[in-house]
Order: sequence, then structure tokens, then C-alpha cells
Amino acid sequence: MSENKRFVYADNAATTPIDSRVLEAMLPYLTDKWGNPSSAYSKGREAASPLTESRAKIASLLGCKPSELFFTASGSEADNWAIKGAASAAKNKGRHIITTKFEHHAVLNAMKSLERDGYEVTYLDVEKNGLITPEAVEAAMRDDTVLVAVMYANNEIGTVLPIKEISEVVHRHGAVMFTDAVQAVGHIDINVKDLGVDMLAFSGHKINAPKGIGALYIKTGTRVHTLIDGGGQERGRRGGTENVPYIAGLAKALELAYERLDDEKRVLALRERLVSGILDKIPYSFLNGDREKRLAGNANITFEYVEGESLLMFMDLNGICCSTGSACNSASLEPSHVLLSIGVPAEKAHGSLRFTLSHENTDEDVDYILEKLPAIVQRLRDMSPLYNSTMERVK
Amino acid sequence: MYSEKVMDHFTNPRNCGEIPDADGVGEVGNAKCGDIMRMYLKIENNIIVDVKFKTFGCGAAIATSSIATEMIKGQSIDDALKLTNKAVVEALDGLPPVKIHCSVLAEQAVKAAVADYYRKNGIDSPILHEDCDGCCEACDHHHDHVIGDDQ
Repeated sequence: MSENKRFVYADNAATTPIDSRVLEAMLPYLTDKWGNPSSAYSKGREAASPLTESRAKIASLLGCKPSELFFTASGSEADNWAIKGAASAAKNKGRHIITTKFEHHAVLNAMKSLERDGYEVTYLDVEKNGLITPEAVEAAMRDDTVLVAVMYANNEIGTVLPIKEISEVVHRHGAVMFTDAVQAVGHIDINVKDLGVDMLAFSGHKINAPKGIGALYIKTGTRVHTLIDGGGQERGRRGGTENVPYIAGLAKALELAYERLDDEKRVLALRERLVSGILDKIPYSFLNGDREKRLAGNANITFEYVEGESLLMFMDLNGICCSTGSACNSASLEPSHVLLSIGVPAEKAHGSLRFTLSHENTDEDVDYILEKLPAIVQRLRDMSPLYNSTMERVK
Repeated sequence: MYSEKVMDHFTNPRNCGEIPDADGVGEVGNAKCGDIMRMYLKIENNIIVDVKFKTFGCGAAIATSSIATEMIKGQSIDDALKLTNKAVVEALDGLPPVKIHCSVLAEQAVKAAVADYYRKNGIDSPILHEDCDGCCEACDHHHDHVIGDDQ
């Protein structure tokens, strides 16, 4: 439908491509050096040393000890382990947990599971701008609160939460602080000691490592039950032969992400141009989440009178990948719980698009989105019974 | 996910628009649920001589509205009332299970527009007394009466 069609990937919060340097770092352990790192002979040792080196590399980037890092198969696994493992270890102390209404489903559904097991969970309301205040956490703390789980950056609206301040509150009340940092790691200069959290989860495929690798930081002294009983891997807490190639890939990806942290400023400028351009050209549209306290690459915008899945389909026909908070993109028929949590009415939440830019996006990508999107919105508005011809049109 | 037929009707919808002096107008769905269909009928001698639609909704909602207008245009009212969501799904070469409700909306939109025509013209008909089971007015998606998960 367009002569100058290009491919623009603007869904980096969903996943990212594997960086060629990451693949290169992984390849030796997928081919020649295939030994089991637990084996004592040289074939095993050649797989054990990259495991040690990768762990040390990631630990130094995040500012923790290598012994505090545990590899998992995904961010969701790390979230589940942190929440269920800490709740279970503290069950004789208390059974109250605090989290927020706009966590990722890996956290929310782990909480639901704990509720079925007799824990009580407080789901904090989210401010209209997509933030959670330390005061709100403090007000919810009780004598029997054992765990607080607040995400570092929201996956849909990109807002970045005051985790350091929230950690201080949580520790003052003697509870354990966990943060799901899947969207933040690699985009924000994180040092877990400065941050003060007890546990932090992240994932490889959001930062140009492959799918199937994640990690959980567990501060020394934090009581968390074992995830998988097995052959003593991951200090006896997550059994299973280590995924050496993916762990090597994760270490390389994180190293590259920290090296290009300065590039986030360029991504931020792209995002700002995208947001300003959209809000300027398209009437009846608004940005979701605080404009400043958000990840550099995230733009989540609602377009009134149209529905997100049809927007997304027309964007796809033009070669643009983005995502939507519409129910029509899922089996649930409910719109995004994140948008509902910040007070966007259901009928408007259906008409939202999320663009998540990365270091790989260019000025031309933003130009292209700004060229295509207004006409697509207008086309769908012209078909919509909620919009009429007397209303303002796109510029 | 979608058939070529669905994509065709989504990207080139037939009969999209309004009829200012329509003889019957029906609207079903709910913005909260993410889809609203409005159908306009022009009727002469019991024949649907023109039909237009406006839809707020996903790709499937637009495609089912579009094909439903094609299927009833030129038909008698009685034949239009026989349009089933199943026929809409078949005409589109299938829909994903979660989108079946869009075909129900298309069927209901035709019935609602005819009911409006009957009401305006003082014509009594059984369809004026049919209770919708909620699928077009609320989020209680009871779809036991439609083809579903086998699609």
C-alpha cells in the first residue's frame, strides 16, 4: 500500500534481535566447547571458565558479588523465584506482601498463586502519571509485611519508579525488597548496591541476547527458598546443567548495553521527536505515563475513537512493528491492566499504541512513523461511529 | 492469524459510510469492550436497496461488518434476517476463535437496523421481542449459541 515502504522495528520492549557480537561470544560453546562445566576433565573445564568469567563480568557491571547472581531461563522465572521463594522462606514471620497494580503478569500471577496459598497481597494503586511513591508503599507496610515487589520500569508505559527510595522504606520496616528490572537493565545505569534492593530480576532477550536466559540477583543474607532441587548448580539453589552459551551471550549483551548507555540520550531525542510529532499532527491523542520519568525509548499513546488492533494491523501493512494495549490483541477481551491502573477509561485504553525505540532506530524511522501514522488514524476514524465529520482532522 | 478474505475486507471495506436518510439504523456493541458497529439501511418494497456501516473495532470487526453489508445488499428483509454469524464466518474463510464475537455483532447489527425500520414504520415482528443474551450489549460474552472453539 506504499511505494516507499521500509521496515521499522519499534517494539523493543517485546524483544530485540541478537547482536552479532553476542552470537559470536556464544558460538564456541554451541560448537567446540560443549562440555559440562561440572566435569573435572579438560573438556568440562573449558566450559566452566566462561561460566565463571560471565558471572564475574555481569556482577561487576551490576555492582554485586558473583556469588549473588543466579542464572534462570527467563525473566518470568526469575520473578517467580524471587516472589515465591522469599514468601515461602518468610512464612513463619508474616504472610503479607505488597506489590502494585501495574506489574508484569509474571509478578501479578505469582502473587495470585500466593494468595491461593494463604498469603495476603496488597496491590498499590498507581498515580495518574504512572508512578508509585515511597509514601504509598510506607502507608501499606504492616508488621507482618515480609516482601515488597515494585517494578523498576513499566513494560507498557515505560515509567521509571523511585526504587532506591522505596527500598529504604521497605528496609526500615524490616521486609525484603524485590524489583522486576526486566525493562530497566541495559537502559539505566544500575548498581544494585546503590539501589539497595535485595533481589532484582532481568532478562537477556530485551538487551540483544537470546530468548531463554535471565538472571536473579539475590543479595547475600536474603532468605529465599531453593527453586529447583538438582545437582548443586547455581550454589544448590537452581539445579540443572548451566546454559553456558546463553550465559556467555548474556554477559556480552550486558557489557555492550553498558558501553552504549550514553546512546540512550540519542534514543531519548528520537522518542521526544516521535511523541511531539504525533501529538502535534493527530488531534484527540495523548501520551500515557509521565513524560520525563520514563525509559528513553518508550512512547505509549492513546488515539481516541479508534481501536488498537486495527491500528497495529495497518502499521504492520506499512512495515512498522509496534504493540497495543487493546484487548483485541489478546484472548482476554479486557484492555491493558496497566492503562486501566493509571485511570485511562477502557474505551480509550483500546486505542493505544506502544512504540519502544532502541539504539538501532534512526531519524528516518521516526520520520517514517510520523509520515504513515496520521493517515492510518484518520482512515480508521473515518470508519468509526464514535468520530464524525465535524471533528478535527489530522494535520 | 487472519485469512486473505478478512485482510481484503479490512483493507478495502465495502459499503463503509453513512446513509443520512436511512430507513433503519442499528447500533450494537460497546466502546468499553472495544467494538461498536452501526449499520444503515435504505429499504424499498421490502428490499434492502442500500446499506452502509461504521465500525469502531479490530480488524475482524471491520471485516465482518463489511462482508455482512455485501451479503444483505439487494436482499429482501426476510432474507437479511436469516443472515447468521456462522455464514459471516464462512464467507470470510474463518475467524480466529477469539474473534467469533465480531461475527455475532455483524449479525446483531443487521437485526438491530431492521428492528429500527420496523419500529419507525409501526410494523410488528417477532424480532422486536427477541431478547439479546447480552453478547452485543455488555461484556458478558455468552456465545454458546454460536460456532466457537472448533474454528
